Amino acid sequence: MYEFDIEKPSTVEAAVAALADGDNMALAGGQTLIPTLKQRLAAPEKLVSLSGIDSLKHIGMDSGPDGDFWRIGAGMTHAHVALETEDGNFTTLSRVAGNIGDPAVRNRGTIGGSLANNDPSADYPAVVLGLGGTVVTNRREIQSGDYFQGLFETALEEGEIITEVHLPVPEISNYQKFVQPASRFALVGVFVAKFADGVRVAVTGASEDGVFRWSEAETALSGDFSASAVEDLQMEDGHMIEDLHGTRAYRAHLVKVMTRRAIQAAV
Amino acid sequence: MPADGAIEGGLGASNKRREDVRFLKGTGNYTDDINMRGQAYVYFLRSEVAHGRLKSVDTTEASAMDGVVRIFTGADFEGVGGIPCGWQITDRFGEVMQEPAHPVLAQGKVRHVGDPIAAVVADTLEQARDAAEAIEVDIEELPAVINMKDALADSSNKVHDDLTSNLCYDWGFVEENRDAVDAAIKGAHHVTTLELVNNRLIANPMEPRVAVGDFNSGTGDHTLYTTSQNPHVIRLLMGAFVLGIPEHKLRVVSPDVGGGFGTKIFHYAEEAFCTFAAKACDRPVKWTSTRSEAFVSDAHGRDHVTKIELALDKDGNFLALRTDTHANMGAYLSTFAPSVPTWLHGTLMAGNYKTPLIYVNVKAVFTNTVPVDAYRGAGRPEATFQLERVVDKAAREMGMDPIALRRQNFITEFPYATPVAVEYDTGDYEATMAKLEDIADLAGFEARREDSANRGMLRGLGVNCYIEACGIAPSNLVGQLGARAGLYESATVRVNATGGLVVMTGSHSHGQGHETAFPQVIADMIGINPNMVEIVHGDTAKVPMGMGTYGSRSLAVGGSAMVKATEKIISKAKKIAAHLMEASDADIELANGEFSVAGTDKKVAWGDVTLAAYVPHNYPLEDIEPGLEETAFYDPANFTYPSGAYACEVEVDPDTGKVTIAAFAAADDFGNIVNPMIVDGQVHGGIGQGIGQALLEQASYNSDGQLVSGSYMDYAMPRADDVPFYTVDHSCQTPCTHNPLGVKGCGEAGAIGSPPAVVNAVVDALQRAGHDSITHIDMPLSPSRVWSAMNS
Ligand SMILES: Cc1cc2nc3c(=O)[nH]c(=O)nc-3n(C[C@H](O)[C@H](O)[C@H](O)COP(=O)(O)OP(=O)(O)OC[C@H]3O[C@@H](n4cnc5c(N)ncnc54)[C@H](O)[C@@H]3O)c2cc1C
Repeated sequence: MYEFDIEKPSTVEAAVAALADGDNMALAGGQTLIPTLKQRLAAPEKLVSLSGIDSLKHIGMDSGPDGDFWRIGAGMTHAHVALETEDGNFTTLSRVAGNIGDPAVRNRGTIGGSLANNDPSADYPAVVLGLGGTVVTNRREIQSGDYFQGLFETALEEGEIITEVHLPVPEISNYQKFVQPASRFALVGVFVAKFADGVRVAVTGASEDGVFRWSEAETALSGDFSASAVEDLQMEDGHMIEDLHGTRAYRAHLVKVMTRRAIQAAV
Repeated sequence: MPADGAIEGGLGASNKRREDVRFLKGTGNYTDDINMRGQAYVYFLRSEVAHGRLKSVDTTEASAMDGVVRIFTGADFEGVGGIPCGWQITDRFGEVMQEPAHPVLAQGKVRHVGDPIAAVVADTLEQARDAAEAIEVDIEELPAVINMKDALADSSNKVHDDLTSNLCYDWGFVEENRDAVDAAIKGAHHVTTLELVNNRLIANPMEPRVAVGDFNSGTGDHTLYTTSQNPHVIRLLMGAFVLGIPEHKLRVVSPDVGGGFGTKIFHYAEEAFCTFAAKACDRPVKWTSTRSEAFVSDAHGRDHVTKIELALDKDGNFLALRTDTHANMGAYLSTFAPSVPTWLHGTLMAGNYKTPLIYVNVKAVFTNTVPVDAYRGAGRPEATFQLERVVDKAAREMGMDPIALRRQNFITEFPYATPVAVEYDTGDYEATMAKLEDIADLAGFEARREDSANRGMLRGLGVNCYIEACGIAPSNLVGQLGARAGLYESATVRVNATGGLVVMTGSHSHGQGHETAFPQVIADMIGINPNMVEIVHGDTAKVPMGMGTYGSRSLAVGGSAMVKATEKIISKAKKIAAHLMEASDADIELANGEFSVAGTDKKVAWGDVTLAAYVPHNYPLEDIEPGLEETAFYDPANFTYPSGAYACEVEVDPDTGKVTIAAFAAADDFGNIVNPMIVDGQVHGGIGQGIGQALLEQASYNSDGQLVSGSYMDYAMPRADDVPFYTVDHSCQTPCTHNPLGVKGCGEAGAIGSPPAVVNAVVDALQRAGHDSITHIDMPLSPSRVWSAMNS
């Protein structure tokens, strides 16, 4: 690591002020940032730890004009999200959070950090896009469709902090993750959610452009929410990732298999 | 010493591993736990390109930075020796192998990603890293030599400019059989051919390598603390060939070592550097490898590309076997690298079968990759994999049952001289196969397959045999084969006045459990509790010259030295006892820790005799010396030949290609067993690594020579949920005939025997599902590879 200072504010305002200098960086669970620092791939002047901000640590149901939604503080660890959503009300989310990394990662890594990082193989981006959620920052509310902008790219501006995430409550939903054998991130992960007004399908791990919605599947499933509805669809493989762990064709194929399995598991 | 002081059993008892108490409590003493007063830290600036000409390394600015003690480059090692190779192969034409220089720090060229260019010694590690970033390195990049066949085809691009080509050697074995094998294959009723890759692996012991060099300017003594499986070998190689330090001025200590798997056998540049720099800087110098560094500096394993042909008559009898292998040496010759694809591989090609004619050709090739050397099994897994895959394929091609075909060709009479120069002393391959059929419940496979099918899964069964040659090795024999070292083992047994014993063994324990198993042997010989015996290892200042631990040799060779030394102890103790009881030496018996005079009720306790040895008031001083301490060196007469039969059941998910190991059974013959629990653990770990090789692990270079799988993000290590609960059995025992314990060694068997079982099982599953054209898939059988095979 290069040398850096560290500050631990207790309010969002103080954190935003501390981040005003462009060379400073927010530190949440550190599960991505600390390894990056250790490899000397980042050289912030100062780290602004968000872990002392209590207002980022909450989770609960709320309701708005569009119906019920989950309101989750950006500082909630994966382990806490898994625990708090476990009892009946949102088991899909509980399972997603409970399958990220290992216990050490889950006890530190946060939903805000994961969304800010937007790793193309991360799990939460599929959840947020699949539910049509909203990323709330200290400045504004960003619709998921606008928020994710490609590999490690988001709509966040310099010094902007995610404060919470709003996730509309679906009728049914499911997430199927096919793990990359080494990292156990998603080689392909598919989140399927059925709402009164339609179905959303979000795919992570597969594309060179990061998390995306599979609109053909959404259309087909909105008419007929069954595994057979996607059987005849063909996933384009042109934008798929190809690496040691899978060819483009393989990833495209997995998108379909995982979608089918998500539907089967949801109903 | 067991914490609870419990009575422990002798031979054959599953005593709990006493060393685990300190390992699990975090009270072990690993090399990284050693910190010297005033120590400095070294950071190695490593090449980021695979192949390039070093035009200049400018350290001016970096040297002036905070905390920098001194920066070393290749120029500082002009006139210093290079890292030596411990084995010289003679090729098919009687010429010795091409042996390139291997400087401690790169000189003239860099030859693989990770090749050290400069070493910064500073007060803190971060300061050393800061300064390393300020070093200006000018490299003219050259095309990387990566693919072995390309490397041989094009000798204009050479890894080593001063060699004639990228070929290290072209080895034929047994060269005299070459024409006869060709003729037999030509005329055979059936020939099964298989081309395959034995994938490159990275051992990844839990503890990365560490070296701490220390120099005492008052006495001129050097000490190196290092994570080694064989401190005396390091002392010899580094002292004699690299730094010119006589052995009496050089001490090498390898304290607790957290796993080796072969990769900690070799003498590495970092060890020589820390020893050298400690004197040059007059300060202790410490290096701790990061995991990232380990990927590009620990010797890798395997990496063979092979074509194998098996000729059979119409009844399925094996007639001849021919193999053609390219073996990757990487950029330099690591300590034992040349021996792995040759003497540890070719000699194993008979396997468990009486194939009369065998010819093995191996071309060892230099490439711009990390050096490749021994990794758990070393040559024997490569031999077993190709042989057991080709036998399986032959059975399918000839419409025969794979187990029946194996049985039909088993060697059944011992001793058996193979056509590849080794003589198996004992074995009973029918017994282990029958045992396997029983413990793996092969009869119930069909029902399990149906159950899998009902869940939409494709179930397959893979069976194979293995033989290995371990208990390495007769020194006179390996000397003829090119080894530059002897392979005996040593032990000093010191009996204390009050009866406790300390054994200084040349074997080194880095996870094997010697501190538990070795005392059981001595306790059994004397009839005392094993907790009266302490094992000391890993320090050249304490232990007699020993060769360390690898090749499943510790109990077979090191244990034998210990037995010999203990026999000397007992013989002397009987003389003392005879004196005390006024009887004749020949009438003295030792049992249950008591000496008695045959046919009388006269007795004297073990502790009374040991006390007499050190307080010799009433003692035959005119006949024997006081004291009770003996040393023995044991050089084995032959290798030992553990063998066995393995069965793997897999489920393949037809939608994703994912392979799950549903069951794995191993029936091994290790000869006599000292501690069955430790043997179980060794087999479990070995199979785990074999499953890792078969399904997950792959050190992958791209054509630029970048290690694509350079971290755990891409290099898939097996985790607990990748492996099943194993069924292991070692009740089939044909004791070794030439060592005093009748033991054969069990450390590598699991890693040798398991990969073919897994691949055989996957091919079986796919063929049962109608994919008849799939006769082989190269390891690792990742979901993507299996799915692609099913959909091409
Ligand atoms: C071994 C391992 C396995 C993993 N496996 C998985 C997996 O299976 N699936 C998966 O999805 N992820 C996985 N991860 C990633 C993990 O979920 C991380 O925790 C997550 O990506 C980052 O969250 P964090 O809280 O640790 O953020 P940090 O590492 O602290 O920060 C990451 C980035 O986000 C920024 N940031 C953090 N919080 C905010 C905020 N509130 N507002 C704005 N910017 C912010 C930081 O400045 C930094 O740039 C794994 C990580 C590890 C180490």
